[in-house]
Amino acid sequence: MKRLILALAASVAFAGMSVAQTYPTKPITMIVPFAAGGPTDIVARLVSENMSKTLGQQIVVENVAGAGGTTGITRASQAKPDGYTIMMGHMGTHGAAPALYANLKYDPVKDFEPVGMAAGTPILIVTKKAFPANDMKEFVAYLKANADKVNQAHAGVGAVSHMTCILLNSQIGVKPTAVPYGGTGPALNDLVSGQVDYMCDQIVNLVSQVKAGSIKALAIASAERSPALPDVPTTKEAGLPEYQVAAWNAVFAPKGTPKDVVAKLTSALNTALDDAGTRKRLEDLGGVLPTKDERGGEWLGKFVASEVARWNPVLKASK
Amino acid sequence: MEAFLGNLSLGFGTALTLNNIFFCFIGCMVGTLVGVLPGVGPIATIAMLLPITFGLDPTGALIMLAGIYYGAQYGGSTTAILVNLPGEATSVVTVLDGHQMAKQGRAGVALGIAAIGSFFAGTVATLLIAALGQPLTKLAQLFGPAEYFSLMIMGLVFAVVLARGSILKAICMILAGLLLSTVGTDLETGQERLTLGLQDLSDGIDFAVLAMGIFGFAEIVRNLENPETRDVVQRAVGKLLPGKEDFKQAYRPILRGTFVGAILGILPGNGAVLGPFASYTMEKKLAKDPSRFGRGAIEGVAGPEAANNAGAQTAFIPLLTLGIPPNAVMALMVGAMTIHGIIPGPQVMTKNPDLFWGMIASMWLGNLMLLVINLPLIGLWIRLLKVPYRMMFPAIMIFCCIGIYSVNNSTSDVLFTAFFGLVGYTLLKFGFEPAPMLLGFVLGKLMEEKLRQALILSRGSFMTFVERPVSGVLLAIAVLMLIIALLPSIRKGRDEVFVE
Repeated sequence: MKRLILALAASVAFAGMSVAQTYPTKPITMIVPFAAGGPTDIVARLVSENMSKTLGQQIVVENVAGAGGTTGITRASQAKPDGYTIMMGHMGTHGAAPALYANLKYDPVKDFEPVGMAAGTPILIVTKKAFPANDMKEFVAYLKANADKVNQAHAGVGAVSHMTCILLNSQIGVKPTAVPYGGTGPALNDLVSGQVDYMCDQIVNLVSQVKAGSIKALAIASAERSPALPDVPTTKEAGLPEYQVAAWNAVFAPKGTPKDVVAKLTSALNTALDDAGTRKRLEDLGGVLPTKDERGGEWLGKFVASEVARWNPVLKASK
Repeated sequence: MEAFLGNLSLGFGTALTLNNIFFCFIGCMVGTLVGVLPGVGPIATIAMLLPITFGLDPTGALIMLAGIYYGAQYGGSTTAILVNLPGEATSVVTVLDGHQMAKQGRAGVALGIAAIGSFFAGTVATLLIAALGQPLTKLAQLFGPAEYFSLMIMGLVFAVVLARGSILKAICMILAGLLLSTVGTDLETGQERLTLGLQDLSDGIDFAVLAMGIFGFAEIVRNLENPETRDVVQRAVGKLLPGKEDFKQAYRPILRGTFVGAILGILPGNGAVLGPFASYTMEKKLAKDPSRFGRGAIEGVAGPEAANNAGAQTAFIPLLTLGIPPNAVMALMVGAMTIHGIIPGPQVMTKNPDLFWGMIASMWLGNLMLLVINLPLIGLWIRLLKVPYRMMFPAIMIFCCIGIYSVNNSTSDVLFTAFFGLVGYTLLKFGFEPAPMLLGFVLGKLMEEKLRQALILSRGSFMTFVERPVSGVLLAIAVLMLIIALLPSIRKGRDEVFVE
């Protein structure tokens, strides 16, 4: 049996090599499991534009939204593993999904060939303009004292704003009233108009409101301050160092995609991440690009496993 | 005033460069086509065209994408009038009287008044955005979850008024629509509801799927049932453009529709959907002879079409001044801006004034272009009606299927549409009208979301809806309208005579 598997693996690898020499010979589909125009979609489109140039074939972004991104990833995981269907996975689909969806049809760790991290966007903690707390310490104290009065907004179960605030609340040790919205837009609208008190979300969604002064930013959950909002302290500076979280986006291929093809994709992705124009566009959005150590499939594979292990207990405890 | 004129001239200076005129034209043209093709909505089109705009300058790209959006609103009424197919939630109302007009050989008049009404509404809305965009945003901020819920209740009352026949049947259909809107994942708990275990239903039923099935497919089945009276207008086509008498009847509804549509369009959370419904209800109530409605009343096309276009335009206000998208198309515009390195928000107006005012000016330009594109096309559309039905309906079906597939790239959506076609046909046979159901469906999702948010925020107290002044007033209006709607039915058996 073992020998059979080895033989099969060898033949697959061999077939893969002959494929890889010419790959790609036709356009590649990149499935983005969220609606067009959202943060993950923008990262996918910016990265794939440059990757297309390197690979010599167009990467076509196909948005298959639904069920917190799991619809699109399920479809992509079942695609023919020939390198012509790849996907932009995300902290939700490849980190939190196993804890949130009981009948998930894929395993984020086992069912994919990781290609590499594309970009992450750090999480910002924001409050309404009239909120009594002006920094993280006051915020924590206020939350602990008024837990039954405070309202926290999020964009629906499984959304980044939902998961990251659960993590924040569990680290502070409070359970405020959570108000669900149908998306980031309506949630933000009610935060600006003061109907709700605070929320956590990707910096790209919030930066313009913070700059305009219509909401207050307390801290950013990354190791360093963001050039997009240089005045906002990191959680480390603000006194909540254990709150480190980013909504990451990474490229995956379905399980069984030939190693050489994956390697070609990884190298194209890295070229995109080194390209000055692409970098600038991603960074202007508040995006954080992977360091040299954080690139490639091997690192991503380990990272996904650690993310699944991290979200599982937090999300299950909140149910 | 001077600043206002200065801004407008900056805007027109930007919009009238050769490049931007070209992009505006392309956008309007593509939008019209997309609107005419049933099912292919502006969302799918803008998403597909997004990568093409990478190389363009951001102002041109956004002008083009905006053109697609309001162009599609124009084009959508064409199919609604000609073949009874509402491509967008907002053209459901146009179907009611527009298609009846077409059946009476007045398709040209209906299309013409729709185009002219839209142009007028577009012009007024553009001026409104330019002059009052910012203060109006503040008004919209008064609307919290409780106010929205009350607004939606008011919307449901429109649905009762909308119905032609039995009021009991109308209420049944509204409730069925509300029920259908609850299919999908629960927002708060993440539980799947009424999905029958099907993964494709976990995000609920798409509007296009339901509307195409209930209106489009069902209509086709009914037409095929008796080849003699089959629908699409075979009789004399009649005048191509509305005449003096038509204008006389239509200008007041256009004015009122523009006003109602513009106000509702500003509200974040897709208030624009309510515009045409509100306008229709208003016209029906104000008319000397309300029984004409639903049987080809020109006011029933002119008012809602104006409201639709005004709303489509003013929906840009929350996006441009706040950076918060009120609906899915606007969310896509946010994406487009971000890709071009412009982060939408309150600063766009000061940081990129040429973009901001250029877009506003281009909206008016686009509306003018749409009028120029659409008026001559009316003759062509009407000639299309002479195509024998046996050749027409397979084409309609194919375009519907392509359109529905393109919404979510999903084959099961096409199957669901076929299913709803069957449901729609059955309903027709039993004399139930689909329009109130669609309104219930459109409002249902938002209503549930807002109801729950309001109750969570008030910690479970229903008094919040009465205590908050704006919400209380809206509820009072709803109750009043309901009484007005029900009174005649108590007195003289309502419109029972008109039940077919």
